[in-house]
Amino acid sequence: MSTTPSRQPDAIVIGAGHNGLVAACYLARAGVKVLVVERSDIVGGAAVSRKLYQDFTYSNCSYVCSLLRPEIMRTLELPRYGLQIIPYEGGCTMMRGGGHLALYDNHDALRREISRHSKRDAEAYDRYSRDVMRQCKFIKPLLMREPPDPTSFKPRDIQELLYLGQRLHGLGEERMYDTLRFWTMSAADFLDEYFESEIVKAHFAGTSIIGTALGPRSPGSAYVLLHHYMGDIDETVGAWGFARGGMGAITQALSQSLEASGGSIRVDSPVERILVKNGQAVGVALASGEEIQAKTVISNMDVKRTFLNTVDPEHLPADFLTAVKRFKIRGSSGKLNIALDGLPTFPAIPKDSPTIRGDLHITDTLEMMERAYDDWKEGRWSQAPYVDMLIPSQIDPTMTPDGKHYMSVFVQYCPYELADGPWTDEKRQAFGNTVIDAIANQSPDFKSLILHAEIRTPWDIEREVGLTEGNIFQGELTMDQLLFNRPVPGYAQYATPIKSLYMSGSSTHPGGGVMGAPGANAARRVLRDLGLGAKS
Amino acid sequence: MSNESAQVFDVIVIGAGHNGLVCATTLARAGQSVLVLEAADQVGGMAITRGFAEGFKVSAAAHLFNQMPLPLVRDLNLKQHGLQWAATDLPTIGLSPHEAPLRIGDRDALHVRCEADARALGPFDARMNRFGKLMHALLASAPPRLGTAIWEDKWALAKMALKLRLLGRQEMRELLRIIGMNAYDLLEDEFKNPLLKGTLGFDAIVGSNFGPRAPGTVLTYLYRRAAEVSAQSSTFVQPIGGLGAVTQALARAAEAAGARIRTQAPVARILVENDQASGVFLESGETVLAKAVISNVDAKTTFLNLLGTEHLDTGFVRRIDHFRSRGMTAKLHLALSKRPHFTGVKAEWLGGRLILSPSLNDLERAFNPTKYQSVSATPALEITVPTIHDSSLAPAGQHVLSSVVQYVPYTVAGGWATQRAAVTAQLIDLLDQHAPGLRDSVIAAELLTPEDLEKEFRITGGHWHHGDLAFDQFYMVRPVPGATQYETPLPGLYLCGASSHPGGGVMGLAGRHAAHRVLRPNP
Amino acid sequence: MNTTTVPHYKKPLWDTPFAERARAFQQRDSFVPWAGYSTVDVFTTVEQEYFAIRNAATLFDLTPMVKYRIAGVDAERYLNRLVTRDIRKLKVGRVSYVVWCNDAGHLIDDGTVFRISEHDFRICTAERQLDWFMDSAIGFKVEIEEVTREIAALAVQGPTSCFVLKRLGLDGVDQLKPFEWRNLSAAGRPVMVSRTGFTGDLGYELWMRPEHALGLWDDLMEVGQSRGIRPIGSQALNMARIEAGFLLPNVDFISAEHTIRLDRDRSPLELGLEWLVEFNKPHFNGRRALLEESRVGPKRRLVGLDVAGNKAAHGALLYADEAGLKEIGHVTSAMWSPTCKRNIALAMINTPHGALGSTVWADVYLNRELMWERRMLRSEVVERPFFAHARRRATPPADR
Repeated sequence: MSTTPSRQPDAIVIGAGHNGLVAACYLARAGVKVLVVERSDIVGGAAVSRKLYQDFTYSNCSYVCSLLRPEIMRTLELPRYGLQIIPYEGGCTMMRGGGHLALYDNHDALRREISRHSKRDAEAYDRYSRDVMRQCKFIKPLLMREPPDPTSFKPRDIQELLYLGQRLHGLGEERMYDTLRFWTMSAADFLDEYFESEIVKAHFAGTSIIGTALGPRSPGSAYVLLHHYMGDIDETVGAWGFARGGMGAITQALSQSLEASGGSIRVDSPVERILVKNGQAVGVALASGEEIQAKTVISNMDVKRTFLNTVDPEHLPADFLTAVKRFKIRGSSGKLNIALDGLPTFPAIPKDSPTIRGDLHITDTLEMMERAYDDWKEGRWSQAPYVDMLIPSQIDPTMTPDGKHYMSVFVQYCPYELADGPWTDEKRQAFGNTVIDAIANQSPDFKSLILHAEIRTPWDIEREVGLTEGNIFQGELTMDQLLFNRPVPGYAQYATPIKSLYMSGSSTHPGGGVMGAPGANAARRVLRDLGLGAKS
Repeated sequence: MSNESAQVFDVIVIGAGHNGLVCATTLARAGQSVLVLEAADQVGGMAITRGFAEGFKVSAAAHLFNQMPLPLVRDLNLKQHGLQWAATDLPTIGLSPHEAPLRIGDRDALHVRCEADARALGPFDARMNRFGKLMHALLASAPPRLGTAIWEDKWALAKMALKLRLLGRQEMRELLRIIGMNAYDLLEDEFKNPLLKGTLGFDAIVGSNFGPRAPGTVLTYLYRRAAEVSAQSSTFVQPIGGLGAVTQALARAAEAAGARIRTQAPVARILVENDQASGVFLESGETVLAKAVISNVDAKTTFLNLLGTEHLDTGFVRRIDHFRSRGMTAKLHLALSKRPHFTGVKAEWLGGRLILSPSLNDLERAFNPTKYQSVSATPALEITVPTIHDSSLAPAGQHVLSSVVQYVPYTVAGGWATQRAAVTAQLIDLLDQHAPGLRDSVIAAELLTPEDLEKEFRITGGHWHHGDLAFDQFYMVRPVPGATQYETPLPGLYLCGASSHPGGGVMGLAGRHAAHRVLRPNP
Repeated sequence: MNTTTVPHYKKPLWDTPFAERARAFQQRDSFVPWAGYSTVDVFTTVEQEYFAIRNAATLFDLTPMVKYRIAGVDAERYLNRLVTRDIRKLKVGRVSYVVWCNDAGHLIDDGTVFRISEHDFRICTAERQLDWFMDSAIGFKVEIEEVTREIAALAVQGPTSCFVLKRLGLDGVDQLKPFEWRNLSAAGRPVMVSRTGFTGDLGYELWMRPEHALGLWDDLMEVGQSRGIRPIGSQALNMARIEAGFLLPNVDFISAEHTIRLDRDRSPLELGLEWLVEFNKPHFNGRRALLEESRVGPKRRLVGLDVAGNKAAHGALLYADEAGLKEIGHVTSAMWSPTCKRNIALAMINTPHGALGSTVWADVYLNRELMWERRMLRSEVVERPFFAHARRRATPPADR
């Protein structure tokens, strides 16, 4: 896991997150000598598995593998390096005062389940999934392509624009309208067009707010909902699932794939500065003082961290800097990782229902979700937070000792900055207690089963993982920051104003989630510039 | 009137709102025989002046005039038909409990308050005007349709793309970036002073269902700028006699062109024969026939009530049913025994447009409770005292205060019947905080909630713009696919109101474009 | 109704009221899910069951057919706007085969409408339609209620079916003309009988309260024994329906409410159902689009094929030429017809190909003892239905 200075790499990737590793893997496979430098003592970035308490494995940050592109897994031979994705069944939303809605995989069971709440919704669900599928089918090919620059007259951009235009035009008026609805509507309005039952709407709206600075009533949240469905549409079983051994298994497999094709990784090597000479990136300077030269540098850090902390501003055009400063990357999510002495019971769901093995929620109305957002806007964590909780140890036997369980609790919303001053240990604990109390409302034995809890606020996520403001997507997924606007208009094609410096993180198209597409797209771009592009 | 029963008109226009009247005038001038049918006892739709207390009159819904394109005003000879200004160049003043009033556009005053903002405002304004100009091209013509094989549509789309490119690379990028953004972030990026941001932000959300943090509010902001560009005026005008004077002049223009207008003639049903609109059936039982029917009424009322779903396909009805048309804007009218005095507001400002939106956060907070069917104690206001410039609206020495109230939901917990008095009192208290003594001078008060607007102006949902202006209800897809370009699924039936592009505001463009569409021979 | 209390997440499919008997008679453990119910695919052998349809009498459990009650003062107007046929002409006591379309004139589903009274209808559909039916009800005074679970249904089909029903005591059943229904009763059990079916043969459908289901089944099996009555599964029924030229959703077309891909929608004109589209009535869903389509002509047509050889041309691609250079369509349903002794198929062919009497080539893959062989089979476009016996329409029907 180390290189000698004498073997100077061709390319350096800053950050061993999943996208950085994906980019490095593609480069190494094309014959580029790659070095990945990672500031922390383990690889993985936000896709890690750690043992913080006894023999319990936590997926500390990201916790489900819904979006990882299968073509990437295949090309990089990740299964060969031990990656196994285990599907889990749909979860449920528990209701205050008892009752629940579960999303069973079996279509007939699901219809009967939804019709307990609304017969009409049970059937409208088919129209809803049809429309989601139609959109995913339209968007999916765009994920693995470089977004065109609409202001450019380069043949490549014009060709891509025409491709986009033709795809749109090919939809016909009605479906183009549907696309417009998906990209611009609020999840609440969108769901209103299908469903009447509050619990049904609340359940589906959940994915529209995960990781965002939007509420379910904010226009644009329907797109986030769609973004989370992207993994659902591969027509491949197991597209939604856990990585066996926790999310770190993904980055571990990527590391092995990288090393097998000749790349190397150095951990404990924080980058202090990207070296720039004559407008061209020439290497990196580590915090240790060591300098490593390379002809190509790829930053997997978010766009703010890359350009506001690691590059000397004198190398950057003023309007680019302004745009980077204005890039919206507000943190809105917290995370609890909890070691449990046993499986908690949830009286709202039947004992024998498989739904407990899926994603569990306790927000049963859109109003509750929207109020949770109102808290965030005022600089408070949500008093009645939305949680996305999973107990992967029920499915993945490697996570915990037998009979014990690991619970991952993703929390929306939690601000990076509190209105009443900086985060403190007491406040972090209070935030954790809010979440634990909220869960305990649905599970009387939950608190007594807790052996250990790791509580992470956006502030902690920034400090530990390096994501600016703790934003899990490396930048919000709003229209002004998607496609050719991501991260900065004019620099949406993985290149930067500095020659031979590239971006590969989720700040770039198509954005966050453990998808790997930004890394793969960035590598393709680099290879093209290096004249090695023909192979991809 | 029985002669009308015998006659087959070329065109019937349902509703004598400003768009209906512009449409009727345009058609009549082209030689069409036109009958305008208005349900109310006077023409004007939402641009009317009417009494609300003994001796007091007010522009009942829209209360300022700044969006009708100047060429249209000239073309319709509105001056000649009696339209006169009581005041022009009305200033916009921001009010706040935390700082002194700020006149928007007063660079020196802003300079004192925040130097950086004073520097930023000029370039920001210039840029918004450039974008407004580009958007103006969208307003100035009927929208093309997407996904068709018609070459005019493709050509129109290509022209749009070209105009966008002609902005230059930098500006085009900026427009494509901000167009989908929220006004909150845009203004936070540009300015520091809370009152400046709050007041500018108000223009992004007035009449809408969105808080300033909602993506899409830059679109509505630019849209307003575009309307101002096309009106060739960035300032507000107050007509003598209120907004009703505008529609009165429009009615005279229509009649001068040969159109016939009947008030108190509510339409019960649009008649259909052989899958073609053939006339209307009035509530009075009378039938009037025409070769074409143009509805100035909102889309929901037109299709669901007047035409009836049996003439339409389910998918279309589904879309119309989902057209977001619940209003979030109310109107407060006060009859005052004396001239109000707003703290810090100079005498010459009082006749202007006073915006109470102290900051973007306050604006967002004004919005928050409406999501849960209640009204904020401190909503945002656009206050005018029209009697400053036009004494004809009130008894001598007394005054009228007319305020747009943003945000007031269509439904409130408990129902408006029980909440109206409390909300009205709350609003008067709020005004009294900024104009001490105002409360004691109130002779009469009238609050028009969206529910009231629905009833009085027969607009399903009581929305000022008939329906939200948002990307999915905008331009090429307004109100919904199947009813774009002023056409409807039913041959011979057209739309000409705010439900159609370019939407609400006293612009008259929807009426004008619709008339041109009707005059164009069918392919 | 005595249903077990196993929850839906453990047992997603319902049993029909006939399930107890179906399980007792079946010998193959061959069940298929149908509209949320578990139903029998094959009881004994497909051949025996098929020949019983064409030769004797059969019982087919029709309960999963989705049923809605449409009632209210606007019920007739509502249905007339919903479906392409003129419901005003449908008299009380009669049934009509109908299809309904979306705005683009693309088929959503087919079904049968029963006029119960002036303002009361029942519509039976292949798939659940509540979402579409409710949205179609905007602006109409109607109540729509799904009644699938409240009604057990049994198809009694075959040349001796009328005889068996008479024996059961359903007096007057022989007076029923095709597409008529009556409320009759057998041994004190009220039964609604309609002369309808999916076999293209003489046959009836019996609609009853679930609690009468088992008793009726038992009585039918007893009185029909001498006339060769037997229960049949969906495979045998599928053979009969192909011979009769009937379409099956999700086989011959996909509902336009479910398609993901743009060009998978089908119009009634493409499916050869133009006889169900009555332009001479007030507006109905898809009318304007269908008028336009009938003006320019459909892009493709569903046709009947007579394929060379005797191996069913399942899913075969169709070519205009034997060399297989020009692809013009594909087979949607195919079988060897034991009654007609023809190798028949339903196929979707792009116009102008596929004219009656023309020849197309079917690219068929045959599995011969685990070896796949490819054949380009000459196929002729022929009239549908492939099987249409006069006994289907005779009133009163013969006893055998």
